Amino acid sequence: MSEVVVETKGLVRRVESGATMATIVNGIDLTVYKGEFLAITGPSGSGKSSLLYLIGLLDAPTEGEILICGQATSSMSNSERADMRLTKLGFVFQFHFLLPEFTALENVMLPMQTLGTLSMAEMHERGAKLLTSLGLGDQLNRMPSQLSGGQRQRVAIARALANDPAVIVADEPTGNLDTVSTDQVFAILRDVANSGRTVIVVTHDVSLAARADRRVNVVDGKISGIFVQEHGKAPAEQPSETAKA
Amino acid sequence: MRVPPVLFIAWAHVTNRLRQTFIGVIGVATGVGFTIMISGVMEGSQRQFVGTLIDAMPHITITDERLSVSLQPAEQVYGAAQRSNFTATEKRPGISNSNLVLGSLRNWLPGAITPSVKVTAMVYSGNARFGVTVTGIDPRQEETVSKLAKQIVAGELYGLSRGSNAVLLGQALATKIGARVGSTLTITPGTGAPVSASVAGIYKSGVREVDERRIYSLMRTAQMLAGQPDLVNEMRIQLNDAFVAPEVASRVQSQIGYRAIPWQEANADLLSSFKVQEKITSVIMAAMMLASTFAIYSIISTITNEKRNDIAIMKSLGMKEYFVQTIFIIEAAMIAVVGIPVGWLLGYLLCVGMTHIKYSNPITEGTLAIAIYYSPVHYIVVALITLACCLLSAFLPARKASRVHPVDIIRGAA
Repeated sequence: MSEVVVETKGLVRRVESGATMATIVNGIDLTVYKGEFLAITGPSGSGKSSLLYLIGLLDAPTEGEILICGQATSSMSNSERADMRLTKLGFVFQFHFLLPEFTALENVMLPMQTLGTLSMAEMHERGAKLLTSLGLGDQLNRMPSQLSGGQRQRVAIARALANDPAVIVADEPTGNLDTVSTDQVFAILRDVANSGRTVIVVTHDVSLAARADRRVNVVDGKISGIFVQEHGKAPAEQPSETAKA
Repeated sequence: MRVPPVLFIAWAHVTNRLRQTFIGVIGVATGVGFTIMISGVMEGSQRQFVGTLIDAMPHITITDERLSVSLQPAEQVYGAAQRSNFTATEKRPGISNSNLVLGSLRNWLPGAITPSVKVTAMVYSGNARFGVTVTGIDPRQEETVSKLAKQIVAGELYGLSRGSNAVLLGQALATKIGARVGSTLTITPGTGAPVSASVAGIYKSGVREVDERRIYSLMRTAQMLAGQPDLVNEMRIQLNDAFVAPEVASRVQSQIGYRAIPWQEANADLLSSFKVQEKITSVIMAAMMLASTFAIYSIISTITNEKRNDIAIMKSLGMKEYFVQTIFIIEAAMIAVVGIPVGWLLGYLLCVGMTHIKYSNPITEGTLAIAIYYSPVHYIVVALITLACCLLSAFLPARKASRVHPVDIIRGAA
């Protein structure tokens, strides 16, 4: 796990808060490796989601640099950042955000259609394969409204994987799910990481974060601790950043 | 076949919101339909009226009014001369050397020309008395310059040559004085002796002013009324193309030195009212287009507001701003593409319906059906303008939608 996929250097994000500027991400240096399952935890308002949106190129830092697969992104135009999101990043949010007019399969095909490198038949085949691998092989032509919360979130994960991105970025992906679905989704994300993709998950649930390879705790926009997990055991707290070997 | 995702998404939006789409289509169709109907009615009525005018009067009338006063013999000899103690002449000057003038013009005129004599007079029939203009004509040549022969509703044009001092009356005048074919009436010129005339025929030009005030006679009868046996004070020209009359009149004037009045100039007041009418029509049509535009604007704005979550996720998936913008512009185009043919059909049906409406025209006589001018140009122009308006009206909400910041939406939805 030596190949660096995501790297942040001195990442700062300030936002207007009334007449003053609030610093919501304050000088974060973080390195995430290929195939790593990283959990970002922290209390509400600590800046963990903001950090994730910066890493996902949905937001731009006020200062600092983000490298995705070795490419510096701070000087990229909106269009280049969109290209990067399309090809290198996959998103899963707390709310599934499936397009309600399309079937599960069509939702998964959407990023592929936007990329435009596959034929319709190839997109159809790949979409069906992804959904089947997530246990939704019999739900391909169902509309989002006909699916359960867990199924919708699995469709969202399939959509995130559609263009075979290097990094999956997930913001509280189990926040709206019951225990069974939560376990399923985390198991899927674990499998995704095991398959060689990097998974970065924001969660406030420490027990779920324990299933990740590493946990980064954020408080007041700063990393307060990085914990390398020993799976099946309680996380061993470490006083400073320790990259997993 | 790979369907472009913008079409895929736009199609899904418009087909999943059938009620909104239907309202948009109706808005566009109404704008297109009524604009086509108004265009057809306005142009139809103008063409009908101009056609009636062209049929009822010469395309160019040459009068005996000189463009400049001719040099007098004394002026030619001395360069200047003082004139005094002139008495006003009672006689019309007429067009000098009318046969030469006619010959020279016939060489090049794109149409026909005939001489005539115009005299103002009073018509007496019983106790009735009306001021008229007697136009002396040659019936053989008249057919080449006017539709008088076809406008005869009683008697015939050549009846002028058969009777003694025979005249043709307009139907409106004949009705007023109670004259019929064979009736006798008295015509009294401004100066000279009254002449007893017999009615050889009655015509109906369709223009009330003409039918009430113009009497046709042989040239010699009119010359007798004028007291000038060789008088020719008017030449009337019928062109192959009535709309080149101003250019031809200008050339005639410069060639013969007499005033030549094209029909457009003779009816300048009426034609200028058409210009005002056209401007009002344009304003009405613009208002209708604006209504369609607002319908589309409102619908696209509603869709973009409802679809903010979808826009956010599409952008987070890597869709670019122009891509998102294009989706909503295509939606407007789809609504327009369905609405325009429906509007064409509506416009056509409205036009057909309008032809059943009759109205009384104060200028022409009688009751007329509303004239409609059916032109593919109306349909094409209205469609193109509507399409452009729809795309333009979608542009602003689409651009606003494309600038949605995904993080704002995603945070708000969480």
